[in-house]
Amino acid sequence: MSRKQTNQPSDFVQKIKKFFLSAFVVLTFLAYFLHERSTNSSNASTSNAVANTSAVPTVIATSPGVVFKNGTYTGPSVDATYGQVQVQVAIQNGKIANVQFLDYPHDRRTSQQINSQVMPWLEQEAIQAQSANVDLISGATLTSEAFVNSLQSALQSAQN
Amino acid sequence: MKQTRMVMGMPVILEVIDSGVTGKIFDDVFGYFGYVDRKFSTYKPDSEISLINRHELTLEQASDDMKAIFMLAEQTRLETDGYFDIERKGLYDPSGIVKGWAINQAAEILRQAGFENYYVYAGGDIQVSGKNGQGQDWRVGIENPFNPTEIVKVLSLQNCGIATSGTYIRGQHIYNPKNNDQPITEIVSLSVIGPNIYEADRFATAAFAMESAGIHFIEKMEGFEGYMIDRHGMATYTNGFERYVSHA
Repeated sequence: MSRKQTNQPSDFVQKIKKFFLSAFVVLTFLAYFLHERSTNSSNASTSNAVANTSAVPTVIATSPGVVFKNGTYTGPSVDATYGQVQVQVAIQNGKIANVQFLDYPHDRRTSQQINSQVMPWLEQEAIQAQSANVDLISGATLTSEAFVNSLQSALQSAQN
Repeated sequence: MKQTRMVMGMPVILEVIDSGVTGKIFDDVFGYFGYVDRKFSTYKPDSEISLINRHELTLEQASDDMKAIFMLAEQTRLETDGYFDIERKGLYDPSGIVKGWAINQAAEILRQAGFENYYVYAGGDIQVSGKNGQGQDWRVGIENPFNPTEIVKVLSLQNCGIATSGTYIRGQHIYNPKNNDQPITEIVSLSVIGPNIYEADRFATAAFAMESAGIHFIEKMEGFEGYMIDRHGMATYTNGFERYVSHA
């Protein structure tokens, strides 16, 4: 409790966010390994039971110390009641660079009704500077005030 | 052949690849932008839009182009649930729709003159047609909103329009261009690819005003793709966007 009080609220929220993101990825990996094991095992239901109970809290508790290896990781296709969900996680420099949904509920009527009411899943990525040559560039227009200011400072630096 | 001129306080660039191109088409296209500026600039006291804003001219008395812009603006307002509106505090500022419209009209001048491979650029918004000087699709970068000297995406485009709406960085702060007193909360830039620059520009403007929901608005629109960058440098993009991305 005392640690929570000394932290800034925004820091705390950030940490919680990171924590859940880490936990999510770790759980995805765990589910993947369990899935791998279950396909090799003759008794799949035992493995699933482990995933749903005791193993989960243990993994969450250790997740902040986990270092992710670079690469692309595909989770198992998981039953989400109204359809299957499957994600792929790309790790770069030990961090999540991209989370892609390979499958999500879309084929059943119930899912379609639900999905029409909520926002669709869209892919995300961290922006990265590109070095390739281009013919031209699309960007937000500066207001004329900003343009004049920018031009003035550019001209000033050109004089120096 | 390529020329850049300053019109409406912003750079306008025209490049035509086709053989047989002469200086006349450049004069025609830049002349057209000058005409649009004289008619629609809210900075010019003698422009037609300024006369309307001072109630010295009614819409019924206005030119056909002015009537067309007001009609298109009203159509866009209805299509975007009011997120696009040229009326602000009792004054009309149609610049949010005029730029894309003017680029599209300029491209039409080129098309009617028989040209097939060209682009028209005005202040970050672009209409591309045919192929570039190397006979390939036009390679268009998306500007890094945090650093205008960088690009964060390379697209391969042909016969379509791309518009980017966004804030700009002034000092250390990011401001909403619509309200310079209020920093934008989440979204820094939104690029929209559409069937032409008129369509791409008006929906980019409206969707940007929707903040985080804007990219979902674009996702629902058939024939449009979008790439949205938030203030943390995370991009969210529509499901069909990837097919325009060049990895070469």
